[in-house]
Amino acid sequence: MTDLATYNFAYLDEQTKRMIRRAILKAISIPGYQVPFASREMPMPYGWGTGGVQVTAAILGPKDVLKVIDQGADDTTNAVSIRAFFQKVANVAVTTKTRDATIIQTRHRIPEETLTAGQTLVYQVPIPEPLRFLEPRETETRKMHALEEYGLMHVKLYEDIARNGHIATTYAYPVKVEGRYVMDPSPTPKFDNPKMHMSEALQLFGAGREKRIYAVPPHTDVVSLDFEDHPFEIQHFDKPCALCGAEHVYLDEVVLDDKGGRMFVCSDTDHCEDRREHGHAGHLLAQQEAAE
Amino acid sequence: MATPLVVSEVAKSFTMHLRDGIRLPVVNGVSFSVKKGECVVLGGPSGVGKSSILKMLYGNYAVDAGQILIEHQGRLVDLAHAAPRAVLEVRRDTLGYVSQFLRVVPRVSALDVVAEPLLARGVEQAAAREKAAGLLAKLNLPRELWQLPPATFSGGEQQRVNIARGFITDHAILLLDEPTASLDATNRRVVVEMIAAKKAEGVALLGIFHDEEVRDAVADRILDVSAFSPRKAAA
Amino acid sequence: MSAVPLLKVNDVSKFYGSRIGCRNVSFELWPGEVLAIVGESGSGKTTLLSCLSTRLMPSSGIVEYHMRDGQYRDLARMSEAERRFLMRTDWGFVHQNPADGLRMTVSAGANVGERLMAVGDRHYGNIRATAADWLRRVEIEEDRIDDQPRSFSGGMRQRLQIARNLVTSPRLVFMDEPTGGLDVSVQARLLDLVRGLVHDLGLSAIIVTHDLAVARLLSHRMMVMKDGLVIEQGLTDRVLDDPREPYTQLLVSSILQV
Repeated sequence: MTDLATYNFAYLDEQTKRMIRRAILKAISIPGYQVPFASREMPMPYGWGTGGVQVTAAILGPKDVLKVIDQGADDTTNAVSIRAFFQKVANVAVTTKTRDATIIQTRHRIPEETLTAGQTLVYQVPIPEPLRFLEPRETETRKMHALEEYGLMHVKLYEDIARNGHIATTYAYPVKVEGRYVMDPSPTPKFDNPKMHMSEALQLFGAGREKRIYAVPPHTDVVSLDFEDHPFEIQHFDKPCALCGAEHVYLDEVVLDDKGGRMFVCSDTDHCEDRREHGHAGHLLAQQEAAE
Repeated sequence: MATPLVVSEVAKSFTMHLRDGIRLPVVNGVSFSVKKGECVVLGGPSGVGKSSILKMLYGNYAVDAGQILIEHQGRLVDLAHAAPRAVLEVRRDTLGYVSQFLRVVPRVSALDVVAEPLLARGVEQAAAREKAAGLLAKLNLPRELWQLPPATFSGGEQQRVNIARGFITDHAILLLDEPTASLDATNRRVVVEMIAAKKAEGVALLGIFHDEEVRDAVADRILDVSAFSPRKAAA
Repeated sequence: MSAVPLLKVNDVSKFYGSRIGCRNVSFELWPGEVLAIVGESGSGKTTLLSCLSTRLMPSSGIVEYHMRDGQYRDLARMSEAERRFLMRTDWGFVHQNPADGLRMTVSAGANVGERLMAVGDRHYGNIRATAADWLRRVEIEEDRIDDQPRSFSGGMRQRLQIARNLVTSPRLVFMDEPTGGLDVSVQARLLDLVRGLVHDLGLSAIIVTHDLAVARLLSHRMMVMKDGLVIEQGLTDRVLDDPREPYTQLLVSSILQV
């Protein structure tokens, strides 16, 4: 606790946290709407999750249990750094177990295990505006949100089909929240989009550089945009996880050698470990054990 | 009404602002009428204002004073004071005009140039084209020209396209501005026959013909425009 | 001809500070009618067009539009949402520079399809078929449907812009110097195309141009502007064959005869 003397709890001062909480409350009240907030300088560069960190700092209490993942993994640089940061400035308990966490800060994934009531998922968002790449003017995109003019979003999907024969957007796939606002779900794979729909957990999104916070409250409609003749589909993998044998999960490709050897493993490391602890084994692990 | 066109006390002058506002009187006190089935020919030396009268009647020239009364769909319209869209309506349904020169529209074939007035009145394209083809055949326009835009046609060929375009509708009044000027004898005779047919249908025709033979063949009456010349009156 | 005007313009003025944009302009536009606004640069014709098309708020005066439900609406009193909806459904606006009216980094098909998607069309196949049909109507090869307008010539871009505007069957199209930056031969083709489409679709159009030949070919009626005022108006044939005002006479006499 001695380290804490130099910092306020969770790094940010109380006034800042109140300001961010007000933005969060507004975001929860208007699902999918991007609320501007006075994003602070954080002791890490933009792009490292400054938005997510500020949201987490504003909602974190001493009794919370924090999990931080980056691309589904608890042990990557970004995740380790942010977890260490909050251990130091808030002295909260941390975990890698999805079901034990009360707050999960994430970059680019939603855990495989279904989140439950009382849990909060905090997304790190690089570019919150889904219309940005087609309409560079912020004044115009705000107006389009205000007037519900979302034809442009379908123009993007149209272009995808025209070029690739199918909707080739695989991450940051736009969704419509509660039938009103079109929202960028941050660069999560579209595989995770259905998990946002009617989730029991609270989902908060923080964009530090762009100074925006938005939210999807529990039990909210989240619908991925599509065409009648090109309906939304998630990615499918032909093989199960090489380590735990899980099917219907999001897999990462791992290169094994320089001879073209590769394996597909769970991107959610906690999920994978949990399964292995419960005796599941994929073909690679089985081979290894057989060899030993 | 047996007199679909009545012109009353019409005066016209040009004010040339680019030449110190000099005022050129053209005609004064023009009064005449044309009955159904009648062909009235405007006579008099050139420059006396024959073409100007036709252009006033068709709305291309404004009128300083007087009335131009046209029977249009059972009511009288004063073209001298009508709104632009009323003039357009009268042109579409009642008042036809064969000018001396064809205003060529790029890329539109001769056949479609001729058929256009019918299309504008809602006739189906196939029927309009068929009628256009009939007229072009009658006027001896070589069949291989029908699908070409008339821009590159000779003067006589363009004129025949123009005549066909003017005669294709059942307009109750037809204005003819030297329709036979660049035609050979054969085609002049065809036009004379077509005018006779229009007269038989009860169309009121008003024209300018310099060719005496044609004039004598079609005119029921010759109206000497010199009588309306303000210069003559002044002298 | 329908019995009521599509657009009623009453005493519209626009001032830029103490400078006059346009002053006391009144007229009515009827269904199926094409009106040309001519005048030299700075005469106020583009300002007037902007006031009519709600791109600028007039300083005074009223512009009323006959909505599809039969009601007249004061454009200045409509909500922005209604105005924008009108602009992308019942109206079209063809800019002089196609880059201002197109999305240059989006394919031709999507440029045409955008308005359909904006009004809720969600069937890719139908949207694409409609886009292809419109490309054909504006004489763009169907195999260019997936190309971006960046790779199109000036004339093609302008034709694409027209297709993009007409796909929702608007009733009123505003055009600002539609043939402005084009070669003469390309102009002729575009003019003929616009003429045909206006005729076939029964469109009303207001076309701003300084080119009297364009006005002659496309318009029924003409307004001549000078120093922000409409100095002469009437049937296009009449204004061009028998110009009354000194400035109109100067304008008409300045045309090069070929």
